[in-house]
Amino acid sequence: MAMLKNPAHRAWLILVVATLITWYLGEVGAAGTTAIVTMLLIAFVKGRLVILDFMELREAPRLWRILLEGWMIVVSSLILLAYWISLK
Amino acid sequence: MLTIPSVAPASQPSRRLPGDLAIWFFILAEMLAFAVFFAAYAFARAKNVEMFNTYQQTLDRNLGALNTLLLITGSWFVVRAVQAAHRDDRAGVPRNLLLGFLCGGGFLAVKVVEYAEKFGAGISLSTNTFYMFYISLTFFHFMHVILGMVILAILWVQARQGAYGSHDAHGLESGAAYWHMVDLLWIVLFPLVYVMR
Repeated sequence: MAMLKNPAHRAWLILVVATLITWYLGEVGAAGTTAIVTMLLIAFVKGRLVILDFMELREAPRLWRILLEGWMIVVSSLILLAYWISLK
Repeated sequence: MLTIPSVAPASQPSRRLPGDLAIWFFILAEMLAFAVFFAAYAFARAKNVEMFNTYQQTLDRNLGALNTLLLITGSWFVVRAVQAAHRDDRAGVPRNLLLGFLCGGGFLAVKVVEYAEKFGAGISLSTNTFYMFYISLTFFHFMHVILGMVILAILWVQARQGAYGSHDAHGLESGAAYWHMVDLLWIVLFPLVYVMR
């Protein structure tokens, strides 16, 4: 478990598990609001790990963290909004 | 005597942006383009829910998930290359860059198998709105994987000549950031196009 002290290794492990969860949700035919929100949350967690631990923006000037994490939030919100419209 | 009050230094003195500032503006521009594309897909789907749900079923989720794993692992190797440079592990830099490059190659191979299956079935951009988005969105991303691999290849050549170490890893960090962006985009693209319904 010493390997998990390196944030990049930890991020990789979580990213793999998260990808398998999304794949599994597809396999069981998950659909609907709960499924969409869950998948968007998983994508957000994954995107954040890439931004903070792969791009190494955790210790970067705040502006760049906000820009990239903000991108994840905006994109997820637009997808959610479009999904919500589709339900009407 | 008048002393100019010194601006208090930020409480976090070592906040540093990896790589060159220019690459981050480039990455941001690319991400904005993809954001528009992703939103266009989502809103087009909202108008054609049944059609999108029907044709999404024809996509190979296993291959899409495999490709996610390949890009994530490719990104991981490239982070390790940057970490190797920072601790002056001269052999570790090109080795990890090569492994990252190979993951990219695996992604392209899987995508070609997917495209061959779809094009073989006579599917094209004009088949319907869903396939128009599927093909153009994934192909736009495909081109970015290729550019990312070209960058990794250049970094590999440089790294073999010992260009990167604790003294200077700017070029390596810039290329790595671009490669991670390619990964980040697929992390949104995969659930959006292959799974969400």
